[in-house]
Amino acid sequence: MNRHLISAGDLSRGDAILILDTAEELASVGGRAIRKLPTLRGLTVVNLFYEDSTRTRTSFEAAAKRLSADVINFSAKGSSVAKGESLKDTALTLEAMGADAVVIRHPASGAPRRLTDWISGSVVNAGDGTHEHPTQALLDAFTMRQRLVGQGASGTDGSDADRRGQGLDGIRVTIVGDVLHSRVARSNVLLLSTLGAQVTLVAPPTLMPHAVETWPCRASYDLDAELRKSDVMMMLRVQQERMTAAYFPTVREYRRRYGLDAGRMALLPEHAIVMHPGPMNRGVEIAAEVADSDRSTIVAQVANGVTVRMAVLYLMLGGAGEETPMESAR
Amino acid sequence: MSEEWLIVGASVVGGVQQDIHLKNGVIAEIADSLSAPGATVLDARGLIALPGLVDLHTHLREPGREDAETVETGTRAAALGGYTAVHAMANTEPVADTAGVVEQVWRLGEQAGYVDVRPVGAVTVGLHGKQLAELGAMADSAARVRVFSDDGFCVADPLLMRRALEYVKAFDGVIAQHAQEPRLTEGAQLNEGEVASRLGLVGWPAAAEEAIIARDCLLAAHVDAALHVCHVSTAGSVEIIRWAKGKGIQVTAEVTPHHLLLTDDLAESYDPRFKVNPPLRTKADVTALRAALADGTIDCVATDHAPHPVEAKEAEWAAAANGMTGLETALRVVQKAMVDTGLLDWAGVADRMSVRPAAIGRVLGHGQPLTAGAPANVTLYDPGAGETPVDPRTHASKSRNSPFAGMPLPGRVHATFLRGTATVLDGKVTL
Repeated sequence: MNRHLISAGDLSRGDAILILDTAEELASVGGRAIRKLPTLRGLTVVNLFYEDSTRTRTSFEAAAKRLSADVINFSAKGSSVAKGESLKDTALTLEAMGADAVVIRHPASGAPRRLTDWISGSVVNAGDGTHEHPTQALLDAFTMRQRLVGQGASGTDGSDADRRGQGLDGIRVTIVGDVLHSRVARSNVLLLSTLGAQVTLVAPPTLMPHAVETWPCRASYDLDAELRKSDVMMMLRVQQERMTAAYFPTVREYRRRYGLDAGRMALLPEHAIVMHPGPMNRGVEIAAEVADSDRSTIVAQVANGVTVRMAVLYLMLGGAGEETPMESAR
Repeated sequence: MSEEWLIVGASVVGGVQQDIHLKNGVIAEIADSLSAPGATVLDARGLIALPGLVDLHTHLREPGREDAETVETGTRAAALGGYTAVHAMANTEPVADTAGVVEQVWRLGEQAGYVDVRPVGAVTVGLHGKQLAELGAMADSAARVRVFSDDGFCVADPLLMRRALEYVKAFDGVIAQHAQEPRLTEGAQLNEGEVASRLGLVGWPAAAEEAIIARDCLLAAHVDAALHVCHVSTAGSVEIIRWAKGKGIQVTAEVTPHHLLLTDDLAESYDPRFKVNPPLRTKADVTALRAALADGTIDCVATDHAPHPVEAKEAEWAAAANGMTGLETALRVVQKAMVDTGLLDWAGVADRMSVRPAAIGRVLGHGQPLTAGAPANVTLYDPGAGETPVDPRTHASKSRNSPFAGMPLPGRVHATFLRGTATVLDGKVTL
């Protein structure tokens, strides 16, 4: 494993499968009476959040706490950041506090990469600008594997033993929406292709990234043409303010051309699942009846987020040795 | 002015070895085996003599940002880079949009004495693009401004641009345009292409530069006025300028050293040392820019020397300032990109870095052939000095934001003479 997790592209297939397998193992902790492992006792994990994201921050916080790490939440609001402290000075402060890992969410692409220049601990990218969000991709891959690989391939959860060591070979994933501004899409394209999935991006041409033909995926402007060929539909949040920059004329038109409603859902293969990284705009990119359907993995994604982040922290901070996390817990 | 020098055995603009006698501020004589009993002898065997370099595009930052650079430190850097004249861009604080400010900058240059400082006047008041600055007053001032630019900002309003081009004809001025369509580049961070897309940085499309250049060439043709294009960065811009020159339109253009050598993939480190406006482009653009400089479509190299204090660059990419230092590395970069590649000989370097920029800037006494009677503005350069890594900590510039830090570059500026007085000897400032 690398010391930092900045881009999903940093992960080899072996790294990615190790994280998913470790997460499978750790998932059982969530079901135990005492939901804690002593693995990272004495280590300090800092959540450095420059953007409001209760969802991601609490997920990382829960993950670190279940591994018995000390957690410091350092948010832009109510800290010296609001007074204009530079990222570098904040990094030096965290370094002085002895942060073993810094989980950073930042509105500027590349901020986590810059942070690695200034601190000695591990850096985990929890979303940087329109660049990447690698742990979201890992939890998405975990969720896909859980639902679609092994005996669970019919749509019900199979036994985790069937999935160990497996990638997502041949799984057809369609990612729909504001790909241009989506860090989730970038990380997913890189990770899912590493794991053998066939990724298709669907967006209006205005929201398709430049030079997308160089990415390891297909691109399409036509959602309807992709429905029958998708094992996974991943819907991205579309922000209404994109409308003012002329990316699309109206929300109504966007919904008509790129929204997943019940009619479109009915055209998906029977086993196909619907994913959304949240937070959703119900009635825009995803209709309420789709979000609440049996195909939806949206709630499972949240639960899986904690276990996958546990796996990442465990492997980066404590997993260098031979022991598995469960052995170290004994 | 009382210095007298005998430069022995210099290869004159890369040609035959000759001796050059500098006396009373002019080249007294240039020939084989000269003797000058009263002169200090400088053994220049192995060195190339070039007319003193002229930079059309320098940010000296004074007044206002003396933490980044001053006229004194910036002109020392210029002399060390082999320059004898620089054009000081107008985006100071206050903006150089009045006779008072341009005269102040000019006087600071006179006091420093390392190079001639030619202030550039702002085209519009405060660089705001709304109202013409008093261009005539700046032209008539002691600074005798001839180049006008809102550099840093584009004169985006087509009517205002037309009027500016027309207006400065009265005093043989030229408008130097920072070609950047503002709406197409809102929030832009890096060349719009594969790298920016992958890195999640807002794209700066080549078309935003090319659209303005095309428009301005048409305007210059229509009003029969002189247009200069700052820091051309794309292959498409080259094609447009080539077309315009073919039509006889009065357009000239510059390219920066960094756009001749560096590409956008350097941004993969997210190190803002590589953040500049216009941004680093692709290898295909670099190739086209080099070819255009070689064939004269692009007239000259201009540094766009843009010093910034450490904190302006020690930041996340989007928060960091645009710009790179360049005065002290320009000639070495040109050797690497143009001479060592066989694209340009030293006579060509003299033309693109001295003769043509002096002509575009209407700089008297600079950019003249090395002949008897010419002002003794001379640069001695050692192209055979092996490649050494650039170390910005050794630079005379107050700032350290060189994109070439750690990069091996060939050559070394050995000496610079301004009107017969050595400003640099053995690679060190004399004064």
